[in-house]
Amino acid sequence: MTFKIVIKRLLFFVLVVWAASTIVFFIPRLSSRNAIRERFGELARTGGFSPADIEKLIASMQQQFGLDKPLLEQYWQYLGNITRLDFGYSLSRYPTTATEVIAQSLPWTIGLLLVTTVLSFVIGTLLGAVAAWPKSPGWLRSMATPFILLTGVPPVIMGILLLFFIGFRLKWLPLGGAYSVGVVPTWSWTFFFDLMQHQILPALALILGSVGGWVLSMRGMGITIQGEDYVNFAEHKGLTGGRIFRDYYLRNALLPQVTGLALALGTVVTSAVIVEGLFGLPGIGTALNLAIRANDFPVIYGIVIFITIAIAALMTILEFVYPLLDPRIREN
Amino acid sequence: MMETIPGIAEVGSRNATAAYDASKTKTVLRVSGLEVTYYTDLGRAKALDDVSFTLGAGEKLGMVGESGSGKSTMALAMMRMIKPPGRIERGQVIVDDVDLMSLDEEGMRRARLSKIAYIPQGAMNSLNPVIRIGAQMADAIRSHMRRESRSAIEDRCAAALRSVDLDPGVYRMYAHELSGGMKQRVCIAIGILLRPSVIIADEPTSALDVVTQRQVMETINKVQADINAAVILIGHDMGLMAQTVDRVAVMYAGRLVELSTVKEMFTDPKHPYSQALINSLPNLDKRGVFSGIPGLAPSLLRLPSGCAFHPRCPHGQQELQRSVRPAPVILAGGRMVACHLYGEEGHAHE
Repeated sequence: MTFKIVIKRLLFFVLVVWAASTIVFFIPRLSSRNAIRERFGELARTGGFSPADIEKLIASMQQQFGLDKPLLEQYWQYLGNITRLDFGYSLSRYPTTATEVIAQSLPWTIGLLLVTTVLSFVIGTLLGAVAAWPKSPGWLRSMATPFILLTGVPPVIMGILLLFFIGFRLKWLPLGGAYSVGVVPTWSWTFFFDLMQHQILPALALILGSVGGWVLSMRGMGITIQGEDYVNFAEHKGLTGGRIFRDYYLRNALLPQVTGLALALGTVVTSAVIVEGLFGLPGIGTALNLAIRANDFPVIYGIVIFITIAIAALMTILEFVYPLLDPRIREN
Repeated sequence: MMETIPGIAEVGSRNATAAYDASKTKTVLRVSGLEVTYYTDLGRAKALDDVSFTLGAGEKLGMVGESGSGKSTMALAMMRMIKPPGRIERGQVIVDDVDLMSLDEEGMRRARLSKIAYIPQGAMNSLNPVIRIGAQMADAIRSHMRRESRSAIEDRCAAALRSVDLDPGVYRMYAHELSGGMKQRVCIAIGILLRPSVIIADEPTSALDVVTQRQVMETINKVQADINAAVILIGHDMGLMAQTVDRVAVMYAGRLVELSTVKEMFTDPKHPYSQALINSLPNLDKRGVFSGIPGLAPSLLRLPSGCAFHPRCPHGQQELQRSVRPAPVILAGGRMVACHLYGEEGHAHE
C-alpha cells in the first residue's frame, strides 16, 4: 500500500465527516422553528413576563448562541467547533458541555455494545464456519440452530423476556441500572463483580438475537468456499484437517464477514438507544434519548456528529485492514 | 497410419527416445478390482467397475474416455478422496507395496503427496488466493515432515520451483499475480515436493492455450524424469496423449475397455470403442465430415446389460454382447482388451 492511497483514504474520511456535518447543520435551519423562541414562548405563557422583555431575552440569547449572525458565518464557526469537538453547552444540563455528556456516557456504550457486537461476531462466525464444515462433530453443528431460531427476536422483546424470567421471577440478576444503588464506583473487585452482574442481561439480550445472523452469513459463505478447488487441493496435498479449516476455509470465508462487522459496528448506537433505555444504563443511547426529550440540541448534534465520525473512522480502518486480509485488493 | 493422424505426427516418438521398457522397471502402482458406487436419489451409479492395471516407475499412462466414463472418479478413488454419496466398494491400490485402501485416515493423509500426488484439473482456482505460494508449498511439506527446518523447507520449495522452470521468487507471490500456465506449474511443483512414486495429473492442461499446454506437458515430462515417478495423465485430448504417454487406457462407462501402448492404440486399436475414438479424430488427408461415435454415452444409473458398449457397437447386436459382460483378455504384446470379439486365447474371432 502506497503513501498516496493512505492520504486518499484519510481525505475521504474528512470528506465524509464534513458532508455529514453540513447536512446536520442545514437541515434544522430549513425549518421555520426557532428553539429559543419556543422555549421563551412556553415561559411567557406561564405569565408574569412582558412581551418586550421576552423579545429582549430572545435577542440576547440569539446573540449568545451566535444565531443572529449570517448563516454562512454560523456555518464556518460550526465547522471550526466540530474540529475541536466543541458542541457547546448542554441545554438541559447546563453548565455541562455536550462533549462532557458524550464523554461520560461513551465508556458505558463502548463497554457493552462494542464488546457484545464483537463477541456475537466471533461466536456467530465460528459457529457458522463449524456448521458448514462437513467434518465437524454433530453436537457442535447443532449448536448453531437455536441461535438461528432466535434471530427473529428483536432485542427489546429479548430484553423484556430476560428481565421478566431471570431478573423478576428467578431474581438471579438485577433488574436494571449500571451498578447497585448506593454503591460508589471504585477500582475494586467488589465493584467489578457488581458491575458485571448488571451487564449480563443487557449483554445477553444483544448477543442472543444477533449471533444467528452471523451464523447464517458465515454458513452460506462456508458452503461456497468448501466447493472451491483450493480447498480440495489442500486435502489432496495431505494437509491436516485443522490446517485446511483454518488457512484455506476460514481465511477465505471470513472476508465478507469482516465487512459485515464494520457495518454492524455502525449500527451499535441504534441498539444502544433501545437496550440502554430498557435496562437503565447511562450510555450514549440513554443520553441521546434524554437529549431528544429535552430538546437538547447541542447534545443531539454532538452525538450525531460523533456517531458519524465513529462510523467513518471504522470504515477507514476497514479500508486499511481489508488489504491485509485479501492480497487481491492490495494493488488498487 | 501414423502420418494420417494430423497434429500428432509424433506418435510414439517419445517412446523411441525414452525407450520405456516395462520389463526393466519395477512396478510401483498396482490397482486391482477398484469399484466405486455413487448412491444417488435416483439409484446406485457404479462409476468405477472392477478396474485393474499396473504401472512401472517412470511410466506414463494416458487415461481417456468420454465425460462420465470414470476418469476423474478413478483419480479420486486412488487418492481416497471420493466424497459421499460416493463410496469405494472394493479394490486395492498398491503403491510401493502398501495398499492405500488398508490405511487409516491419518495414514492415508500422510500417503497423499508423499506416495501419491494429484495435480488438479482446475489449476486456475487450485491455489489459495489469500496466502502466499510459498506458504502453500511449505504447509504441504510440514504436514508430512514435522521436524523439517524452515531453511530446509525453503530449499526444497525453491528446488521444486526451479524444476518446473519457475523463478524461486514465485515463493513470495500470490496466486493472482501468476498467469494460468504459472499456476499450473506451481501445482506441478507442489505435486513433486515430496518425490511421490505416483503422480496423477487430472486434465492438467484443459484450461490453457496450446502453447502453454505444450510447455506444461514438457514440464511434466521433465519432472517425471527427475523423480522417476509413474504418471497417470487423465484427459480427452487424444493428440496430447499421442505425444506424451507410453500407454493408453480407454475407459467406457466406468470400465477399463482397452489398455495398449500408445503406438498400438493409434495404429491398431482393438476395442470397437477405441477404434471409434481414433476414427473420430479429424484427418488432414480426408477432409470432410467429422465422424463421431453414434449414440450417447450411457447413463451410469441404467447401464446396458452385458457389454456396456453394445448399443453403440457395430458388432454388438448378438446375444452374447447383450447378456454377458466381456472379461478382460490379454493379447499378444501384453495389451489388454475387454471385448467379446477377442476370445480367451487372445485371437480375434473375425
